[in-house]
Amino acid sequence: MAEPLLRVDNLVRRFGGIVATDHVCLDVAHGELHAIIGPNGAGKTTLISQLTGHLAPHSGTIHLAGRDISHLAAWRRSALGLARSFQITSLLSDFTAADNVALAAQAHDGHSFRFWGNARKEAGLRKTARAALERVGLEGRADVPVSRLSHGEQRELELAVALATKPQLLLLDEPMAGLGVTESARMVKLLGELRKEVTIVLVEHDMDAVFALADRISVLVYGRVIASGLPSEIRQNEEVKRAYLGDQHVVVKHG
Amino acid sequence: MKALLNVRNAVAALLVAGLLLLPLYSSLSGNVFVLTLFTRIVIMALAASSLNLIMGYGGMMSFGHAAYLGIGGYAVGILAQEGIGSGFIQWPVALAASALYALVIGALSLRTRGVYFIMITLAFAQMAYYVASGLSRYGGDDGLTIYKRSEFAGLINLSNRVQFYYLCLACLLSGVFLIWRIVNSRFGMVVQGLRSNELRMQAIGFPAKRYQLACFVIAGTICGLAGALLADNTDFISPAVMYWTRSGDLMVMVILGGMGTLFGPAIGAVVYLLLEELLSQITEYSGLILGPLLLLIVLFGRGGIMGLLGRFEGG
Repeated sequence: MAEPLLRVDNLVRRFGGIVATDHVCLDVAHGELHAIIGPNGAGKTTLISQLTGHLAPHSGTIHLAGRDISHLAAWRRSALGLARSFQITSLLSDFTAADNVALAAQAHDGHSFRFWGNARKEAGLRKTARAALERVGLEGRADVPVSRLSHGEQRELELAVALATKPQLLLLDEPMAGLGVTESARMVKLLGELRKEVTIVLVEHDMDAVFALADRISVLVYGRVIASGLPSEIRQNEEVKRAYLGDQHVVVKHG
Repeated sequence: MKALLNVRNAVAALLVAGLLLLPLYSSLSGNVFVLTLFTRIVIMALAASSLNLIMGYGGMMSFGHAAYLGIGGYAVGILAQEGIGSGFIQWPVALAASALYALVIGALSLRTRGVYFIMITLAFAQMAYYVASGLSRYGGDDGLTIYKRSEFAGLINLSNRVQFYYLCLACLLSGVFLIWRIVNSRFGMVVQGLRSNELRMQAIGFPAKRYQLACFVIAGTICGLAGALLADNTDFISPAVMYWTRSGDLMVMVILGGMGTLFGPAIGAVVYLLLEELLSQITEYSGLILGPLLLLIVLFGRGGIMGLLGRFEGG
């Protein structure tokens, strides 16, 4: 296999005595949709945060397209084509939907030490923003402040913001969290289209979505990858069944 | 887009018109005091507006903003004392000194967040206060009398009350105009984004600190100008202008008028200083009335005066 887009080697992160990321190894190939599942507290968000540079690993390495990014600042990783959506929606709430996306486009359009011209009237940024909003079906809500968007719309906007940075690799931290049935279905459809354009690492609790979308799945329990493989293999894996699917599946269905 | 004609803009326009016409009223009524009072108000409004840039738009709660008033003022005072009377030298020095102070203090303070940021900016301003108190050559604790206001080669006479007032007003309006441009620029969008969510801004690719630091320096420099004006206005500079209560006054003006609104801090400065003046004529204990009043505004009038006005628009 060629050099994977993302390669994680023996990543370790502790919080006091707890090992939240325990020698995690992970390969994500170009064009792949790789899902990471695991029960609550398995260290999924901790792992994502280390990938994006918001949390420093204690040991191990992260390579993006062959380049060691283990110790790069978050904004530099973004410049290299790494984008994330947040588990808890964290948009700029006093800005409009279009402002949020335009700002992401602005971040990748040279430095922002420009003090004079009106940024909201820059055709280039607005065009990129509009395109990203259309991509997720929010073009009609461009001028609505984020605080007045519905939860589902905010999740879609999260995705539009990430897309506006023109990423090579999209890290999605529970994009379906808190979505209703129809909203979830829309999100699955959207992710199904996006995966054709960009490599995706998907952290998700919704098993139906995961098994419908993923090329490969890694299972994280207590900070360790206990299994990694095709969805059919994961479904058959005894250890996964015992550690995760068995009792947790019920919870997921009710949640 | 919001209509240009709304209550808030109308009040701002009224304020500007009133300030522009004030010298006319002063000369017609023969009330000189009102011009002196409003000269000071306009200068403080400029200082408050500069604080608003970092506090209201940038979310950086600096509790040491009065330091720039002192630095700008001492630049004018010390140069005047040493025989350099030209404003063309005094003022650029005042701005440069303020910018340099902001750069150093900002670089150190911006390593912290929240309460720590408030405390460290306060601590640095108190340090500046004690340094000024120790300048025995320049009056130490007692301050320094400035015998001659800044000279601008006969272009403008700062000792003429009306001319000086209009100079201060021009500085205020230019300052507000500059802030307006900055806030809507690419730079301004980044700074406001950082106020809202720093983690997110880093994740989409912005190096947060350098933008915040630049904003911190711009605000400090503008306030340094206010400091130079203040020294020329009172013909005197003392460490007292840098005392932490002065920084508190500036914060109160910003919050009272409305954080993150363009004309809010100017309105806050007018209301606060007028109230202070009126109440001090009625009672020695003006703080007893002013204090609870501010408390009420903070508790019930979120968004300050501009916030209250905004509610009339039914938005």
